[in-house]
Amino acid sequence: MSFITKTKGGLVHGFLNSSRAFLIGTGLLASSIAALSPVAAQAEMVLNRGNGAEPGSLDPQISEDVPASHILRDLFEGLVGEEPSGKIVPGEAESWKISKDGLTYTFKIRDDAKWTNGEPVTAGDFVYAWQRAVDPKTGSEYSFLLSPIKNADDITSGKMAPKELGAKAIDDKTLEVSLAGPTPYFLGLLTHSISYPVNKAAVEKFGDQWTRPGNSVTNGAFKLDEWNPQSRIVLSKNDSYWNADSVKLDKVIYYPTESTTAELKRFRAGELDWTYEVPNDQIKWIRDNMNDEFVVSNYLGVYYYGFNMTKPPFDNAKLREAFSLAINRDILMDKIVTAGEVPAYAYVVPGMTGYKPVYADFKDMTQKERNEKAYKLYQEAGYSKDNPVTVEIRYNTNDNHKKIAIAIASMWKSVFGAQVNLVNEEFKVFLETRKAKEKTQVFRAGWIGDYNDPNTFLELWKSDSGLNDTGFADPEFDKLMKEASNEQDSEKRMELLRNAEEIFLKANAVAPIYHYVTKHMIKSYVKGWDADGKGHVNVMDHVRSQYLWIDK
Amino acid sequence: MLGFTLKRLLGAIPTLFIIVTLSFFLIRTAPGGPFDKERSVPPEVAANLNAVYHLDEPLWMQYGRYLGDVIQGDFGPSFQYRDFSVTELIFRGFPVSLTLGGSAIFLAFMIGTTLGTLAALKQNSKLDYAIMATAMTGITIPNFVMAPLLTLVFGVYLRWLPVGGWEQGLDQVVLPIIALALPQIAYIARLTRGSMIEVLRSNFVRTARAKGLPERVMITRHAFKAGILPVVSYLGPASAAVITGSVVIEQIFSIPGIGRYFVQGALNRDYTLVMGVVIFYGTLIILFNLLVDLVYGLLDPKVRMQ
Repeated sequence: MSFITKTKGGLVHGFLNSSRAFLIGTGLLASSIAALSPVAAQAEMVLNRGNGAEPGSLDPQISEDVPASHILRDLFEGLVGEEPSGKIVPGEAESWKISKDGLTYTFKIRDDAKWTNGEPVTAGDFVYAWQRAVDPKTGSEYSFLLSPIKNADDITSGKMAPKELGAKAIDDKTLEVSLAGPTPYFLGLLTHSISYPVNKAAVEKFGDQWTRPGNSVTNGAFKLDEWNPQSRIVLSKNDSYWNADSVKLDKVIYYPTESTTAELKRFRAGELDWTYEVPNDQIKWIRDNMNDEFVVSNYLGVYYYGFNMTKPPFDNAKLREAFSLAINRDILMDKIVTAGEVPAYAYVVPGMTGYKPVYADFKDMTQKERNEKAYKLYQEAGYSKDNPVTVEIRYNTNDNHKKIAIAIASMWKSVFGAQVNLVNEEFKVFLETRKAKEKTQVFRAGWIGDYNDPNTFLELWKSDSGLNDTGFADPEFDKLMKEASNEQDSEKRMELLRNAEEIFLKANAVAPIYHYVTKHMIKSYVKGWDADGKGHVNVMDHVRSQYLWIDK
Repeated sequence: MLGFTLKRLLGAIPTLFIIVTLSFFLIRTAPGGPFDKERSVPPEVAANLNAVYHLDEPLWMQYGRYLGDVIQGDFGPSFQYRDFSVTELIFRGFPVSLTLGGSAIFLAFMIGTTLGTLAALKQNSKLDYAIMATAMTGITIPNFVMAPLLTLVFGVYLRWLPVGGWEQGLDQVVLPIIALALPQIAYIARLTRGSMIEVLRSNFVRTARAKGLPERVMITRHAFKAGILPVVSYLGPASAAVITGSVVIEQIFSIPGIGRYFVQGALNRDYTLVMGVVIFYGTLIILFNLLVDLVYGLLDPKVRMQ
């Protein structure tokens, strides 16, 4: 009702007037039904969360998509947990010690850590889960996240047996992890579902059916009650969770919501309390009509254009710089990408813990200055308005990508007189073309960090990285990245990574365009998610339902 | 009749075989595979995944394996929804699509033929024009416009009905059924009107009227039977299409039917899921066409003779 009174527009008022009598009628009916069953109506605190696509799997070691990760954070708990602020806190491990050389982590698992079947969670459960993750037979897509652990890569590639993994149960409550090299972000990796423990007995008894309600054995704040594919997934509070007293919600219901417009409607109709996304083309309307419930937060991601450096014309560094300079990011943020995304002049998302951002040197120039410099570079590269270059922007078929490509094409056209062709391809076809580096010139790309450390962004650009679709290869960059991965001192390490990013930005292998934001509609009565006291969710968008409650 | 049915069913086997073969090789020719993502996995991991799903074997061997499984009724595991088998996904989704589509087609048939007959009886009257204008509008306004409008008005503004979901309350089925039925009502009404007008001018109707048969009996017992023949032949493929799920409606109303598996499966290169749905779809269409032919035989003596 609060929403309806906020709506403007004659159409709405027309409907309201004619339906007022009816609304009152149903209201009375509803309250009389509620009065008949006061216990059920009062006691349950239920959160209805929109959750994007249907999760691919609820097996922590197999799952790889974001929707599933939200559910898994509620169902399971790893060695460490995360507060709403994103701060890493003890989870199943009550404490841990890190050896001086940073190579050995010893976790002490809490005594009251329990599975939903009542058995204690042991160090062996973690060893089992991690061996399972790197075992080639499991077919885990995210096993590479565990590659800092000793022998993990050799096991994944079949050269060693899973039991050789550098994770040992010293006793039931002590887990010792040996790393291949010091990995300062190792604890951050442990927030990912790949590191969650699984119950060996359940996995072996039920095989690929073990994640189903009834079979599933979990150790998180919630347990799985119902899983109806494409319809809903119902979790209820797990009373055997060690910190169950602090959990306020009785139930969390996750709804797959592939269509963002449909999701918004369900939110407006009061069927959802929390949306996974917000449709881009309705942001202006939302701002005007339901701004109080619109939550925009910085996100660990960057949207960029990559240049194929292995083929003309963009093997020319000057041309790359010119084309990056000529993108007017402010206009894009103003007119096209309008949710509050941040214009990007860096590749690593600013605001990462302990990392002072590096920016491209044109960040502080005005667009006019940038365009002038761009044209000069363009001429130096051998082109002019009379002798323009013809380039092609390639992107995967999507309305938003298309709008951005059209805008950037027109910017390049006006600054350089360049002939810009747009080519779109279906997503999987596009990924293949991009990887082949044969047909591409300028291509759209985006990157979401897996953990809160610059490494998750910069490692893409190592010359041997399988994700390096620009062909950027710089020995100095590779050297700095290697040094950083062996550096124990966190400040020195960050400095090395900064130097690496500087080299990368100077090469203009990519033109960063904007840093992503997460967009949610959250009902005002949903509490407990605020990361910074200013109405944002944390930068990882990891919102565990165990901290949420409803206050209406 | 039994012989006819058996013959048709046997004839369906090679058709299905061709469907399986074509779809198997067609989907494999599409660039990209099930495990290609924006974040591509390291080569060793990709190799492991391919081994787990036998994608590392030569194509003919995969084909043989798949064919063998399908004959035993096993559509294999889904690549995208890794906790479920394709058979399970189809058999969970189909009852939903069947309920939704079946109700919509039933509603469309009842209302559509009634409106069409009324329009034909009062040809060129105001009623006729009103019905046909509405029908025309119904046909031209596509589902993806009508369905969001319905949810906006009845779900968001009036709050009479839920705008999405399934299985949590009977009221959830109302809007999607109406949205799915509307264009069908319109189409069926037009079809009925056209053929009824023709039938009403035919010799047997004139004879019936000359014999003094009451108008009501003449229409319900004789004219209607002949008049809905085109509707029946339209209903076969239409039912198959509607019952196997409408992607648009399922997305807009968040309904767990099988329609979206078709589209999602293709986009994700979920080979087994796409093929499973294609085979299922193919079987249904064959069955419905057979059903239409049988009903035709019941309604039209000329067909029966042949």
